[in-house]
Amino acid sequence: MSAGSTQLDRSRGSVWRRVDRRRRLARSVIVGLILAYLAILLIVPFVSIAYKALSPGLGLVRETLTAPDTVHALKLTAIIAMITVVVCTTFGVIVAWVLTRQRFRGRAILNGIVDLPFAISPITVGLMAVLLFGRGGWFEPFFAARGIQMLFALPSMTLVTIFIAIPFVIREVAPVLEEVGTEEEDAARTLGASSWTSFRRVTLPNIRWGLLHGIALTAARSIGEIGAVLIVSGLLKGQTETATIYIFEAYELRKEAEGNIVALLLAAVSVLLLVAIEIFKQRKEKTKELNA
Amino acid sequence: MSEAHAPAKSAAIVIENLTKRFGNFTAVDDVSFDAEEGAVTALLGPSGSGKSTVLRMIAGLEIPTVGRIWMEGEEHTFMSVQERRVGFVFQHCALFRHMTVADNIGFGLSVRKTPRDTRRKRVDELLELVQLGPFRDRYPDQLSGGQRQRVALARALAPRPRVLLLDEPFGALDARVRQELRRWLDSLHRELGVTSLLVTHDQEEAMELANKVVVMHEGRIQQVGTPSEIYDEPTTAFVAGFVGAANILSGHVTEGHIQFGDNRVAGAGHLEDGIAARAFVRPHDVRLAGQEAAAGSVVAIVDRINRVGWLSQLTLRLPDGQQLIAQVPKDETEGVVPGDRVALDLRNAKAFAAEEAVSAAGEEAST
Amino acid sequence: MASAAQTLRRRRFRVSNLTGIRIRQYGLRSLALVYLVAMIVVPLIAIIQKGFADGLVSLRAGMASLGAWDAIWLTLTASAATAIINGVFGTMIAYALVRYRFRGRELLDAIVDLPLAIPTLVTGVMLRVLYGPLTPVGHFLGGFGIKVVFAKLGVLVALLVVTLPFTVRTVQPVLLELDVAEEEAAATLGASPWAVFRKIVLPALRPAIAAGSLLVFARSLGEFGSVVLVSGNFPGRTLTAPVFIYQLNNQFKPEQAAAVATVLFAVSFVVVLATTRLIRTRKDESP
Repeated sequence: MSAGSTQLDRSRGSVWRRVDRRRRLARSVIVGLILAYLAILLIVPFVSIAYKALSPGLGLVRETLTAPDTVHALKLTAIIAMITVVVCTTFGVIVAWVLTRQRFRGRAILNGIVDLPFAISPITVGLMAVLLFGRGGWFEPFFAARGIQMLFALPSMTLVTIFIAIPFVIREVAPVLEEVGTEEEDAARTLGASSWTSFRRVTLPNIRWGLLHGIALTAARSIGEIGAVLIVSGLLKGQTETATIYIFEAYELRKEAEGNIVALLLAAVSVLLLVAIEIFKQRKEKTKELNA
Repeated sequence: MSEAHAPAKSAAIVIENLTKRFGNFTAVDDVSFDAEEGAVTALLGPSGSGKSTVLRMIAGLEIPTVGRIWMEGEEHTFMSVQERRVGFVFQHCALFRHMTVADNIGFGLSVRKTPRDTRRKRVDELLELVQLGPFRDRYPDQLSGGQRQRVALARALAPRPRVLLLDEPFGALDARVRQELRRWLDSLHRELGVTSLLVTHDQEEAMELANKVVVMHEGRIQQVGTPSEIYDEPTTAFVAGFVGAANILSGHVTEGHIQFGDNRVAGAGHLEDGIAARAFVRPHDVRLAGQEAAAGSVVAIVDRINRVGWLSQLTLRLPDGQQLIAQVPKDETEGVVPGDRVALDLRNAKAFAAEEAVSAAGEEAST
Repeated sequence: MASAAQTLRRRRFRVSNLTGIRIRQYGLRSLALVYLVAMIVVPLIAIIQKGFADGLVSLRAGMASLGAWDAIWLTLTASAATAIINGVFGTMIAYALVRYRFRGRELLDAIVDLPLAIPTLVTGVMLRVLYGPLTPVGHFLGGFGIKVVFAKLGVLVALLVVTLPFTVRTVQPVLLELDVAEEEAAATLGASPWAVFRKIVLPALRPAIAAGSLLVFARSLGEFGSVVLVSGNFPGRTLTAPVFIYQLNNQFKPEQAAAVATVLFAVSFVVVLATTRLIRTRKDESP
């Protein structure tokens, strides 16, 4: 015990009181520190964006949000996000299935490849697209010959977003597939269900929360993508700007007020997505618990 | 081609030279046996003996490396799981957790596009059979272990399978529930008469339920026979040691007897003189032959007596240090105290050569 | 019972069914392979090839640009600092979330995930709007000589925000699995709460903290969206490597950009590899 700070009182009651008080103090300090940290980094900035965005008045807000450039940017973000979600979910489930239900040489390597997008900067991803589809790129002749515009258009913007979002569904579905096991699927087959029916009626319901969690994360990531999509976009106003690019350009052109408004809109959407993410995450954890 | 054999494969299930290898590991090694129509056949063995793998191959959940499978005269070796129309009950039930009891039971019928009324009637029939009527709208996690296993059975029986396969169905349940369900399964089988193949490591279960027992060990068949044949006439050291309790005495073969120290026991007529051998004697085949040492009886010292109910269990020590357990009616041990010298009559000893007996010595018979 | 036609059909079925199963298995596997190889491996090879097609020429040229070395250095140091700071705070947050009961705990748990849902660019806007030089808070801090936006501190703050959840989420599950009985035993033997934490809890958490910190580091190396609006991107002062590479591309020097980007990727690849191995062996070890 710390020397000299307090008198040693032999009565049991006060010893406990002292320890308890110290523990409670430590607790308050820690929780206080945490709240301060989060307030400075996250909570206050988040709130202040609402204040700053709305302070020029609701007139500007309405104007900005209804301007054709803005509307197009929001639409483009939505389209890219939807395509990304569909592609990443479909292939993600297939990859998760192959990784957990099949044994083959090179499985560990495949597993490692799935993690790669986490290690690559979005700028690098954009560069990859430029180098593949731009002048002198490996795929440039193929697409040019067919008159398909890849760079500075929707296709490459979608592809880079897909690249970046690949791991999410896989990383959320694979552990659940693992935990849930094959017994129910085997049982379904002995009862006459085809592999597809067994997947649809038995596997899918069992992994649904992990799947939804992955989908929500994919959607959030697609909407929030900036670095890669910025490089391949070409920044054609009203044509190849996503919502995030719009904000970026707004700041570049010193029209911060408009940028703030769209930023607030995206922040609000993120909060909704966050709620979904948390709900799905909780339900997913419960699925895994039930199988432990 | 193989159709010429078909008439001979008229038993409900015929397994021929079944082998399964996983990489370098051989789980099932050249297993062949028949399962008769309407009977319960048990695959008995310790864990790792390959019995579950055999069952899964019959169900189609695994494909054999070598060998063939016939059911009711048709070859099924490569047929898909779905087509085989077997009922399978898993050790951990494998109920569909997000479906109600009724939906679980009706799954096999809904997959075959049975009309809803017919399905509903059949589900009700089965709910009655397994006595779980009031639970039809419950979910699996609201049921006890025993109830879940009954639902699993009902689900497997709903599509009227020709064959019922049970993979250690009561293994995950506690002892009393296990006994209850065992009796219940027995009466169910008498009522329905479906050909059943039961995999278990619990020999009591096998003895009580099965008409025929196939004892397996390390992927191979040790013996096939009725429960009493397995018990009274084991043909390998493993079976002798695994099925039922057994005293194992080591010694050498002399003139058709196994000699250990000054004592010897008959039954080694089929073994060569001089080789090391082991005698397997059941505790209840060790009888007290009085306090006098007569010719041919084995002499031992009583280490401990445990009198429970109508039995006395004596722990005896032979002069050469080996131990024996005897189970004797309590009256016959009146006045016997630890330290006494007694003469024993060892009956029905089964003798096996030592190398064969070595691998069996390590196996525990589970009760 | 079996007619000849039935037997024939059955025999054909027997062979084709086995192949059917195999085809489906390999089909799925090939799909997965094609997806991953086409989407990830091919672009990766392309960027390495383009960046180093002429040996180290592109790399040298890229690194000769204004502010190149400073950018790399700033990125490395800021990422390291972020990893350490969020390592400490992340562990604290995880501990509080698992061991303490307080009002708003679940809300806090959700807020920690906010950086995963918010676009990084919006994070940059948030920080600009609150700590920019012309804002009340920014002005206030400026009075003390603390400059956040358009300064190195801003880079650090931006990185701290976007990588906040990582260490928290690697440490939390491990904390949940810990057997409190060990800590209770230590307490009965006379250890103070701090000693218990230091000698019993922390060692058990070390791999998770390390894994989380490495993830933070790797992520920070490549961060663009939050940094680009906050730092001001002044070469030699607040320019970071990802923004630098972006600028190289804007200057129509994609090969140089590719070379520098590959080097950056190589560093974070090694880091992520070490991390995932660490996390997985931990999972295999726990009962």
